[in-house]
Amino acid sequence: MNAWVGVELENLSIRFGDFVAVRDANVNIRGGDFFSFLGPSGCGKTTILRAVSGFLAPSSGNILIGGKNMKGVGPNKRPTALIFQNLALFPLMKVWENITFSMEIRGARAAERRKRADELLEMVALTGQGDKLPAELSGGQKQRVAIARALCAEPHVLLLDEPLSALDLKLRQHMRTELREIQKQVGITFIYITHDQGEALTMSDSIAVMRAGVIDQIGNGRAIYNDPATPFAASFVGENNVFRGKVVQIIGHEALIRTNRSGEIRARISTANLGKLQQGDSAMVFIRPEALDMAGADLEGDHYVSARVTNEEFEGDVFNIFMEGDGGKEIKVSLPNRGQSFESHKGRTVTLRYDVKNAVAMPAGILATE
Amino acid sequence: MPRFCHDFLQRLGTVPGLIMLGLVLFWTIGLIVLPQLSMLDFSFRANLPPSEVGGPNDVHTLENYKYLLYGPEGGSQRYNSVDLKVFFRTIVAAACVTLFDLVLCYPIAYYLGQTQGKHIRVLALLLIIPYWINEILRAFALRIIFGETGVLNGILVGTGLSDAPFDFIRNNYALYAGLGYAYILLMIFPIYNVIESLDRNQIEAARDLGAPWWRIHARVVIPYARIGISSGCTMVFMLTAGALAAPQILGGPSSLWFTQLIYQHFNDSSNWPQGAAYAVVLLLSCIVMVLAFMRLFKVSMGDVNK
Ligand SMILES: Nc1ncnc2c1ncn2[C@@H]1O[C@H](COP(=O)(O)OP(=O)(O)O)[C@@H](O)[C@H]1O
Ligand SMILES: [Mg+2]
Repeated sequence: MNAWVGVELENLSIRFGDFVAVRDANVNIRGGDFFSFLGPSGCGKTTILRAVSGFLAPSSGNILIGGKNMKGVGPNKRPTALIFQNLALFPLMKVWENITFSMEIRGARAAERRKRADELLEMVALTGQGDKLPAELSGGQKQRVAIARALCAEPHVLLLDEPLSALDLKLRQHMRTELREIQKQVGITFIYITHDQGEALTMSDSIAVMRAGVIDQIGNGRAIYNDPATPFAASFVGENNVFRGKVVQIIGHEALIRTNRSGEIRARISTANLGKLQQGDSAMVFIRPEALDMAGADLEGDHYVSARVTNEEFEGDVFNIFMEGDGGKEIKVSLPNRGQSFESHKGRTVTLRYDVKNAVAMPAGILATE
Repeated sequence: MPRFCHDFLQRLGTVPGLIMLGLVLFWTIGLIVLPQLSMLDFSFRANLPPSEVGGPNDVHTLENYKYLLYGPEGGSQRYNSVDLKVFFRTIVAAACVTLFDLVLCYPIAYYLGQTQGKHIRVLALLLIIPYWINEILRAFALRIIFGETGVLNGILVGTGLSDAPFDFIRNNYALYAGLGYAYILLMIFPIYNVIESLDRNQIEAARDLGAPWWRIHARVVIPYARIGISSGCTMVFMLTAGALAAPQILGGPSSLWFTQLIYQHFNDSSNWPQGAAYAVVLLLSCIVMVLAFMRLFKVSMGDVNK
């Protein structure tokens, strides 16, 4: 097994003319980690990956792989292998020739290449498909060939650019598990790019949330989900209800916020924003649909919000209740279906209870637009 | 009615469709197939004065083909070495010109096809503009450049690189330059067309997997572009071997192009059957060359007009 090779981005900026595609990124990716960049389309994820693989020179800042500065090192000389968003298999080569292209470059003999191809085909569950052309394979199979081709180059760092985006939902979920297995098996660093938060959360050791060229937050899945650093991270990763208002009072690590529509809310200040909220500031509070619960009686206090129910739906595992919210956005509550009877509240005003530690407050900012 | 005919008529409407079909048939049969067949027939006849045409002496004969091989009956040599030499020289030279054009045009086509930006259109236009000028005028322009008192010799002598003007025309440099230049666009554009549709990511994937640039071309770009390459080569070879203007204007006095022999038979010695036989030989040889080439590149007839 390789010694684990990490990747560092130091003040990395990439500009196209006047347009800044990546601004001042600082990321330390530990060797052997499954690291994801998560962000909406066009936020600069591919740009970062192309810079790491050597196809784009940084406008400023450094990229270090295994501690070595990669300035001036071409893509064919870096210990990375890139899996392209569109896979870029060679259409005129057979599957096994595709997979062992890197060995052919190094001058390996055909018999040796064939043997290695068969090993890798077995690893990606494509045994016996080596003599086909890429066009004769299904989407998921092509995906596996692309993975095998990249792994055959024995990279220290594998770069994956939204590799599952072309697959249907079932296959995508299956491939998530499989990719994670492969990563554990080969034990190299994976840098994974996706706009799908489910993929990032399920597979990654660590995630960087990106917005318009800027990295908003880096952390493991739980930290990102439970303790978002910015309104963008809070609203982009998973579903979230947002309440806008002004800070009335700061109580230690908590804030009391007077919201525009839903009364006063008491919330925990997110870790990254401790000390950044003052009385009178505009603030946002985020409470996830599954963190809200129907309160029995009408209660008063800062652990409750009340709103009028506009719609209800049954989704199988959860009941979703939609209520009038702030700024045109509705409040969503998801109640787990445990076989309890469910009474309609449509048109009535209900009170919702939450745990203060599940309500996260931070200075107001830009939300993710769906 | 074959399916494509039916679709064709449906799309254009019956009357315009039939008119189009008629025109196409007239074009292929009336203007190409029939004249060629009549040439073929000519090539097997004796050169008779008009009074004897249709008479007892007007029979089919292999004389005209024998002439190319053995020369005039009772001639001094066993073979018609003069004409045969011209024939083989034409074929070999045309093949060399084709190869030279390929080597020259592939990088240009690759650059045009894989670079983005407005300047590509300007470059393509600059390539095309010289071809708005008549072929004969272009040949004369080259003659002016390569002539004894021409631009090139002016520079060579003027800068002292050479003390006497070099005779580019007698040495056939002007001829090969002219032939190479004449059909360059027919090499560039088919290759450009294919390479433009090659996914950039494939080139980058090959590079990412460690391939140096020449390897990328050998394994990814050229195999992908082989249809464009073979149609470019086919056209350039056919047209070069069949060229007349450039050899007439730029050729040295001692070196003939096979088409010039054909021209002489038709025009100067009014021996149409003999000219027709030579033309048929040239045509068949070119077809054989092209088929062999396509075989080599594993391209099928259907691919050529893609
Ligand atoms: N070669 C380029 N020239 C100019 N702009 C570019 C270039 N490549 C990417 N961009 C711009 O940079 C931004 C980020 O692109 P990209 O990294 O592909 O986004 P993502 O992969 O996150 O969807 C986009 O706005 C895109 O238009
Ligand atoms: Mg992208």
